[in-house]
Amino acid sequence: MPIYLDHAATTPLRRDVLDAMLPFLTESFGNPSSAHAYGRAARAALDGAHETVAGRVNAQSREVVFTSGGTEANNLALKGAAWAGKARGHRIVTSAVEHHAVGHTLRYLEKFGFEVVELPVDRYGRIDPDQLEAALNDKTILVSIMLANNEVGTIQPVEEIAARVRARKGIVLHVDAVQAAPYVDLDVELMGADLVSMSAHKFEGPKGVGVLYVRHGTHILAQQQGGTQERHRRAGTENVAGAVGFATAYDLACAERADLIGRLAAQRDRLAAAILALPGVELTGHPKDRLPGLLSIVARDTDGSAVAMSLDLEGIACSVGSACTSGSTEVSHVLTAMGYPEEEARGALRLSLGRTTTDDEMSVACDVVPRVVASMRMGSVAVAADPLNQGVPA
Amino acid sequence: MSRILVAMSGGVDSSVAAALLHEQGHEVVGVWMRLHDVADSYSEFKKSCCSLDAADDARRVAAQLDIPFYVMNLEREFDAGVLQPFLDAYMSGETPSPCVDCNTYVKFGALLGRARHMYECEAVATGHYARRDIGPDGRARLLRARDADKDQTYFLYGLRQDQLEHARFPLGELTKPEVRDVARGLDLATAEKPESQEICFVPGGDYRDALRDRAGWIPEPGPLLDSDGGLVGEHRGLPAYTVGQRQGLGVALGEPRYVSRMDPLTNTITLGRRQDLETTTIDLERTSFISGDAPRQRDPFEAAIRIRHRATPIAATIRPASADEPARGGRWIVETETPVWAVAPGQAAVLYDGEVVIGGGRIARPVSGAPPAVELVGSSG
Repeated sequence: MPIYLDHAATTPLRRDVLDAMLPFLTESFGNPSSAHAYGRAARAALDGAHETVAGRVNAQSREVVFTSGGTEANNLALKGAAWAGKARGHRIVTSAVEHHAVGHTLRYLEKFGFEVVELPVDRYGRIDPDQLEAALNDKTILVSIMLANNEVGTIQPVEEIAARVRARKGIVLHVDAVQAAPYVDLDVELMGADLVSMSAHKFEGPKGVGVLYVRHGTHILAQQQGGTQERHRRAGTENVAGAVGFATAYDLACAERADLIGRLAAQRDRLAAAILALPGVELTGHPKDRLPGLLSIVARDTDGSAVAMSLDLEGIACSVGSACTSGSTEVSHVLTAMGYPEEEARGALRLSLGRTTTDDEMSVACDVVPRVVASMRMGSVAVAADPLNQGVPA
Repeated sequence: MSRILVAMSGGVDSSVAAALLHEQGHEVVGVWMRLHDVADSYSEFKKSCCSLDAADDARRVAAQLDIPFYVMNLEREFDAGVLQPFLDAYMSGETPSPCVDCNTYVKFGALLGRARHMYECEAVATGHYARRDIGPDGRARLLRARDADKDQTYFLYGLRQDQLEHARFPLGELTKPEVRDVARGLDLATAEKPESQEICFVPGGDYRDALRDRAGWIPEPGPLLDSDGGLVGEHRGLPAYTVGQRQGLGVALGEPRYVSRMDPLTNTITLGRRQDLETTTIDLERTSFISGDAPRQRDPFEAAIRIRHRATPIAATIRPASADEPARGGRWIVETETPVWAVAPGQAAVLYDGEVVIGGGRIARPVSGAPPAVELVGSSG
């Protein structure tokens, strides 16, 4: 199997996490809502998961809602807060570089009369808190800003953003922390957020489980009906194994974060040095305020998806940004918002390291990636000169 | 063994092509080409990851064969090489052969170019029923498939030597039932998948929708003339008709009438009786020859000609239109031994020497103004 450099897309399930989950996939299978012994055992595990997560984000257990993943957490946050706040106002303020789980949900809400204001970003992908403040009016009910960008790794000034939002009354602040959670300490009090989304599979937990932190007193309309689970905020028999997996994975990630960040940054810098040595290759996103393991570049005269395909054939798995298997030609909205022209944005490539990335893998990558980028550039130039392969003109 | 890129459409033929090459020990890379936006018709957001059934089928087969599989976007190249010429042809009263252009400019054009320059592939393979070999003079040859009924060389006549050198047709020696058997034997996901009969970018089969949606065609009615020049009705716009068409003319003249000629300059369609559409002369333009050279130093030569896919080739003599016709892109004149019927300008015409494809060209509008009629006693005139 190829060397895995796509941790931003997902991460391997950690062995300790699998071990913690197994009992709840085998002998301890009870429904937490059942009154009998099986139910009580499941309930206890679920409660423990709530407590663990709450403890790590400086929240209360009752403020943690387990969902089916980061996308559901974002949907619940946005739709929940929008519908709950509709009587008071209809404006939602966000950024131009949000993940589709936020962007598409907001586009959907627009159809129902909500006004969505998309703040522009600078060349690093950061919003300007002054512009944010200027966009807040009496009709604003919700602000949604991602903590760290999944394509370029840039970390937003969330505390500053929160200060501006708090200065006005009645606006709910949602922070999409899905990509940031493994690497950035999430203290909901320090962040000043009312809603925070997280996803287990970004920090070596299982896919299909997420958390929405909901500050006590923040009113959201449940999006999934059919039961009273998660304190009436998210109906459905709880995924106990998943919740336990989330909690175990997150607990470990928080405990090891300080060491991990240092090691990842060093590995990434090593790979960056090798790749940026090529002419016409540029780092995208903020040079300092970025996720430690995420190396996003644009390489002149290349097609990122073609480079990724070639790297896969050479034994290195990475991506171009947001994965999309339908083969669309549209370039990243994130890079476009950051001011990259279409032809440049086409050369985007994303390599993301994780806890399991070894130094040997880095050595191979430092050798292979620049070589493939260079050779793909030559190939792309040849193809561009004769796009329909019609040979030498007669 | 070399790295070969297999163009996997999601159908059983290309699935088996990939399987056979894989079995032979080649390093096979499967690619599904995204050529147009048809699959997006029902998705809410154009770039959403909607379910593309054909791509999914190809992906499943690739997984069964345990070969790498990628989706490659060639929309721009397809638009330039196939779609725009298709629309232009209809708008000028001709009947295009888009599958010919797709092979020349996309499958063995853009795709082959990328396969060789970017992915270090030795060749592109497809599920076409065709055979390729190296002839006595060392040049690549294109031959009809063993399954005469399925033979698809009609669509491949435009390949140049360098394209043919790097093309592979694993199904050339197999019949369709044998291909299905191979697929069943390997339990491939597409073993029982029915064949698609329509033009790939015209879902629903009516090319006029494509003209409306993609070329902004607004039907422009015009005169419908009989072969004597008399006005007999009105047509609903040139692109809606094809030479040889009988249905939908809206005339009742006793003996059946067929579309004989379409003139975009006057927006006129001329009808004819059945025999008026017969001819023994066909003008070919944009000709190409598989060997790379015009046959026999441009002397007249004999060959069998096919003016439709799967038609029985007809004996003919072919000569260049002038003394200096180029090997590629020239004009040749075909005289058939027996009359052919409803020769449609724009369509491909392919020349055969037995099993071997000599080359072919596009049927040109008749050079003279008169309809290409065979003189019969008593015909109107």
